[in-house]
Amino acid sequence: MSKVYKHHLFWPLCVLAALLLFNLLYSPDFFSITLHDGHLYGSLIDILNFGAPLMLVAIGMTLVVATKGIDLSVGSIVAISGAIACLTISKGADQNAFGLVTFSILLAVGLSVILGAWNGLLVSVAGIQPIIATLILMVAGRGIAQLVTDGQIITVTSSSYSYIGSGSLATLPFSIFVVALALIIALVLTRKTSLGLFIESVGCNPTASRMAGIRATVVIFSVYIFCGVCAGVAGLLLSSNVSSADGNNAGLWYELDAILAVVIGGTSLNGGRFYLAGTVIGALIIQTLTTTIYMIGVPPEITLVVKAFVVLAVCLIQSETFRSSIRYRRQKKQGSVKKEVARRVS
Amino acid sequence: MYLNRKYIPIVVTIMLFVLMFAVGSFRYTGFFSFQVLMNLLIDNAFLFITAVGMSFVILSGGIDLSVGSVIALSTMISASLVQQHGWSPAIVIPLVLMMGACFGSVMGAIIHYFKIQPFIVTLAGMFMARGLCYVISIDTITIDHPFYTAMAQTKIPLPGGNSLSISAVIALIVVVIAIYVAHYTRFGRNVYALGGNEQSSLLMGLPVARTKILVYTLSGFCSALAGVVFTFYMLSGYGLHAVGFELDTIAAVVIGGTLLTGGVGYLLGTFFGVMIQGIIQTIISFEGTLSSWWTKIAIGLLLFIFILLQRMLSARRSAQKQS
Repeated sequence: MSKVYKHHLFWPLCVLAALLLFNLLYSPDFFSITLHDGHLYGSLIDILNFGAPLMLVAIGMTLVVATKGIDLSVGSIVAISGAIACLTISKGADQNAFGLVTFSILLAVGLSVILGAWNGLLVSVAGIQPIIATLILMVAGRGIAQLVTDGQIITVTSSSYSYIGSGSLATLPFSIFVVALALIIALVLTRKTSLGLFIESVGCNPTASRMAGIRATVVIFSVYIFCGVCAGVAGLLLSSNVSSADGNNAGLWYELDAILAVVIGGTSLNGGRFYLAGTVIGALIIQTLTTTIYMIGVPPEITLVVKAFVVLAVCLIQSETFRSSIRYRRQKKQGSVKKEVARRVS
Repeated sequence: MYLNRKYIPIVVTIMLFVLMFAVGSFRYTGFFSFQVLMNLLIDNAFLFITAVGMSFVILSGGIDLSVGSVIALSTMISASLVQQHGWSPAIVIPLVLMMGACFGSVMGAIIHYFKIQPFIVTLAGMFMARGLCYVISIDTITIDHPFYTAMAQTKIPLPGGNSLSISAVIALIVVVIAIYVAHYTRFGRNVYALGGNEQSSLLMGLPVARTKILVYTLSGFCSALAGVVFTFYMLSGYGLHAVGFELDTIAAVVIGGTLLTGGVGYLLGTFFGVMIQGIIQTIISFEGTLSSWWTKIAIGLLLFIFILLQRMLSARRSAQKQS
């Protein structure tokens, strides 16, 4: 029993289950899923579909956080990649042409690679603190996105482009498959190769890992590129879902939501260990929370207050000092040393 | 000429400001006037005040992401109490300032006692303050109380037909007090020591807990004061006021030459950092054809240059130490 209790996914899953249970009690048809013209409809599908960009960004962020870094620029990369893709498509003669859409997607992803590499370069080669290094692109990137869209909202009428964000494959939204692909790539790379171990060791102690023969700079550099690509693809999903790109507001606050998802998932901001599955559940929790708040009719802005409490609670639980102070108090109350010893041994 | 290396960033900042002002003066007619400089003070009064609080936080080795939201919350509380509940500004303003200070001190206490990164705690504070704005109201509340309109419209005449607003005077007073506190009081020295090395300050017997909490209290207070000044400027309370303002503030502090790892920097540098941000906006508005997003790109570029400069300076310093 204590094994289940100690598992890192236990608490995130509990929170998710509690949220879903609340929704079930509040509106019994929350779980109903209907099939319409080969598409599945229902609140659960919506949560998966709308949560897809966040999950994607959070997966990239997890690896960055695992190296004791942070990437604040993901929101801006989301905006830039969506803007570039929509601009390219809107300039084309036939917006539905497959070649044009493919080209625009490749262009956006290529640009995200460059932006991610820029971050990686600043952090790994120039040795600037991650918060500051990515702050540059966060500020300037928003400006670049507005420059690309000229401050307007670019609308596209391309059914092939909107397939990415709102089309469905085998009755499920296509975006879910994109997320699944990214998750599988990340899982295979980090759990089946030694790359995961390298990332964790760099997060624990970059100098020591360099001494041990790990090329810390290369690991950090590639992690930021991966995060950039994830953010770029998330930007494509987001802009194709609404068939438009908004340089001002697309991806605003995404970095914060993504960090929140990572932290809820059990990854410590101190680096050194990471849980990709936890992150995905964290992102789902955030999306379910948002959906729930919309559903019960509370003004959506109040979500922020709830999020604040969630962040604080999760951080307090992770804080060693806080846990030990609670433990100390409990110990004093019960006065049984035996239990404590037994708990530590297990 | 001998120049101490620790003065290089601040000298670069001041020279950059002078250079930008000179370039502006040559390019645009009407730019070279005392009033343009005064307008920088007037239009950025709230940025000066928040940047002062942020400088202390960054000097102590932390960061405060909640400043923008605290500004919004103070405009919202002021507007709601004055307009909708008919309270007197004489009660509301001290109350708002107290609230800001309390907000900051709670965050500081959590950061210190539970050893959670300042980044994430103030992030929670940012969500919290922003959310509380919407709990009060989702719409804009316009203020037409005579006291606020008087504060907004009063101009203090200066020789030569120039003028300053009351907000700008408040900002200047705050900057002067901050320079005194940072460089001539025990608290200021403690902040620098804490930013230099927390472990050493603790071993030296400095009051680390008190200093750390006070720094965040000060930042909260400054944000609330900036919120009050912002209400004078905008004459309204709104939950979307000052969105993304924390980044402008951090950028101003960094451009001012303060090291983000803490312990190194000058309040005067922050003053010029804000002035540089203001002058970029002025140049862009004088240019006319450039759009507002060029401000962001220019600030991002400046950030990059300054961070790289600091990086080079500190790298050379550590290389010297090793040899």
